[in-house]
Amino acid sequence: MSDVMREVTLEDLDAIEIGAAILGTGGGGNPYIGKLRCREELRKGRKIPIIPLDELPDDALVVSLGGIGAPVVGVEKIEEGEECLRALRAVEQEVGRKVDALISAEIGGANSMEPMLTAAQAGLPVVDGDGMGRAFPEMQMITWSIYGQRSTPAAMADEKGNVVVFRSTPNDKWVEDLARANVVVMGAAAGLAQAPMRGEFVKRAAIPGTVTQARNLGRAVLDANRENRDPVQAVIDHEGGKLLMTAKITDLERHLKGGFAVGHMSLEGYGDFLGDTGRINLQNEFLIFTRNEVVEVCVPDLIVVLDADTGHPITTEMLRYGQRIAVLGLPCHALLRTPEALAVVGPAAFGYPDITFVPMTAKGEKV
Amino acid sequence: MIRIGVDVGGTNTDAVVMDGDKILAGVKSPTTEDVMGGVAESITKVLDQSGVPSGQVGAVMIGTTHFVNAVVERRHMERTAAVRLCLPAAQCLPPMVDWPDDIREAVGGHYWMAKGGHEFDGREINALDMTELDDIAAQIGAAGIETVAISSIFSPVNDDMERRAMAQMQKRLPNANFTLSSEIGRLGILERENAAIMNASLRALSRKTVDAFGKALEQVGLTCPYYITQNDGTLMNRDFVQAYPVLTFASGPTNSMRGASFLSGEADAIVVDIGGTTTDVGALVKGFPRQASTTVDVGGVRTNFRMPDVYSIALGGGTIIAGEGDNVKIGPRSVGYRILQDAMVFGGDTLTATDVVVALGLADVGDLSKLAGVDVGRLNIAKDMIDVMVLNAVERMRVSPEPIPILAVGGGSILMPDQIGDLPVIRPENFAVANAVGAAIGQISGEVDRIFSLESISRADALKQARTEAVAKAVAAGAHPDSIELLDQEDVPLAYLPGKATRIRLKVVGSMNV
Repeated sequence: MSDVMREVTLEDLDAIEIGAAILGTGGGGNPYIGKLRCREELRKGRKIPIIPLDELPDDALVVSLGGIGAPVVGVEKIEEGEECLRALRAVEQEVGRKVDALISAEIGGANSMEPMLTAAQAGLPVVDGDGMGRAFPEMQMITWSIYGQRSTPAAMADEKGNVVVFRSTPNDKWVEDLARANVVVMGAAAGLAQAPMRGEFVKRAAIPGTVTQARNLGRAVLDANRENRDPVQAVIDHEGGKLLMTAKITDLERHLKGGFAVGHMSLEGYGDFLGDTGRINLQNEFLIFTRNEVVEVCVPDLIVVLDADTGHPITTEMLRYGQRIAVLGLPCHALLRTPEALAVVGPAAFGYPDITFVPMTAKGEKV
Repeated sequence: MIRIGVDVGGTNTDAVVMDGDKILAGVKSPTTEDVMGGVAESITKVLDQSGVPSGQVGAVMIGTTHFVNAVVERRHMERTAAVRLCLPAAQCLPPMVDWPDDIREAVGGHYWMAKGGHEFDGREINALDMTELDDIAAQIGAAGIETVAISSIFSPVNDDMERRAMAQMQKRLPNANFTLSSEIGRLGILERENAAIMNASLRALSRKTVDAFGKALEQVGLTCPYYITQNDGTLMNRDFVQAYPVLTFASGPTNSMRGASFLSGEADAIVVDIGGTTTDVGALVKGFPRQASTTVDVGGVRTNFRMPDVYSIALGGGTIIAGEGDNVKIGPRSVGYRILQDAMVFGGDTLTATDVVVALGLADVGDLSKLAGVDVGRLNIAKDMIDVMVLNAVERMRVSPEPIPILAVGGGSILMPDQIGDLPVIRPENFAVANAVGAAIGQISGEVDRIFSLESISRADALKQARTEAVAKAVAAGAHPDSIELLDQEDVPLAYLPGKATRIRLKVVGSMNV
């Protein structure tokens, strides 16, 4: 897509909802509530401006935003509305200057919407990029942290007016632990602003263009649905990547382990993939795709599962025996393939020390 | 006992007379605007056909799509007050925020948000403010609104605030109806609240419709009790349906699937119901429809109450076949109710799915000679594509590799081959009145939903105790003790309450005492 995204429109929200769920690779939480909230802001006449990563001034102050809590609470205790804004103001007070732009911690899933919402309220632009380029289950699996930016000073806020600031901690693991403990007291849902960064660092460390990518992915699906074209092919045509398999789910095993949905599904190919068997291992997100007993794609590359008919993304909790799915591989950004990144987001970090990450790009897939 | 099953659909009102497991007679009559006329006519006809005197009928079971149709068509919905106990949380998305404009207007779009709600761990987000509730009740009264839906954050785990808010508002609104979200839906406040508001808006229609059913029965000389079927295939008495009309929303597909199961004798099967425009595919587990696990769209509004998992595709007897060779396209448009004029086999000039199966000698309706000029290659391609559509829909609803049968029902079921993949296709007799049969075999349920303390008894004993209570309720309501089975059981530990409190919800079903 050649047009540069400058603003999020009402129509874009529907597309971003789908695209962000695709980039969620099975996890990341449902962006539906966030979409409704952004829509209400736009209906009030507010704007969500987007700034391309390369236009960000070096000395701009950028803050990373996201919601923190349990997804099941998020659909019941909906936020008051300005949680992230209050957290942002607290970080500004801590740093002693106004923030110039916001960026999403995680484009995959629900956190795609949080910075857009706060942007509309604060009159700030959202940077076209994020800290993961997908969804990951833990806070340290983020490029700011991988490339040396501390997450303090950070702040979290709830709906009642409580604001907690993390001014300094020995390391980022403490921020994660303190935030997790605090969010329980706050009722398992809060807004989190963290990692005040210089524009110059963001330009080096952010996964670029992911807001546009989410919108374009969603648009490809919606346009194909409207015009009765194959939505899976539309996603590949627009965004590159590779159709790994069209398959039927023949076995499914999921259980809860340490707050995560862990398990695997077995696949039987159909269409062009008749005779192939497959397997996807998951932990909230889809981690590893195996064809005929050989590992073919694994984290941090993106394994996307779409409904074969509608092209809409299927999340881990929606998987069912007998579903007909299209499995896509999308190469992750180069920033997630460096040795320091792979130490945090590679297969070993998810408990698969025997799997060596071979990037999709190394097999000739276009990025 | 002799029972009458009635299915009030949008187009037809069907009725059957059953004696135990035997179907004595079955008829179809057009549905009338007042509902009553069509019901009276079909019952008169079916009693006439069966030769059974009205005095011998022990019960009438009625399945109706009247309430869900009202929502879909935005008719007969009453102005409703939505009251959400949540502040300061959840104010960014007010009630009905994601409703299509026309349905929000149909119920008036009136809402209030007030202090209240619980945290996930049972703490209060905010205490109820009785003065605030008095104010809201006064505004509702001044606006002349007579039906109220109350929702509260985490009310499925603790419904105390919804109940107390209702009691407070009833003081100022003594004549209003109240619907509590905790009685209708599960976690997910927007979807549960949506269902509660819809329910509240249909209370007046429900009272009128239930009265009409009573009058229709009176008119044909029936004095026996009558019941309405609900989403899970069990029966509700008239008071219950007046309070919870939304619980009938999915009774159409439920009765169709349960009827197909009864008529074929198969308890575990995939049911394929092919109509003129769409095909609905569902799964039967132990004679009951499998429930959907996600949100269900009703008239453009998201809800999350328990409904059968039905997958619909745009394929029916009237589906239009376009294009040639590689460009053959099946639907999604259909000639619909105009099939008797437009399909080629009936003398029209549109090639439909029905024409394809007739031309290939797989079904015998209309005039085969009218199809003489159609290219056989094109017909074969279309037939293969239709088979693949049905196969894919069936595979989607299948939950295990076990080879279970497919039950083909509905007017368009001539499109079905005798075998789909590795699964045999069964065509039950009398499938045209499957819905009325499904209503007639509706079962009596007994339900327990309360908090048990697991301090002095084990979880297993608590479940057993709940089950004993539920069985006693079902028997008291007329179920045969030997026929009672467990339908649904759920226990949620309420970690925040002292004394190892656990909420147990349990439902048993049994056949009506004969």
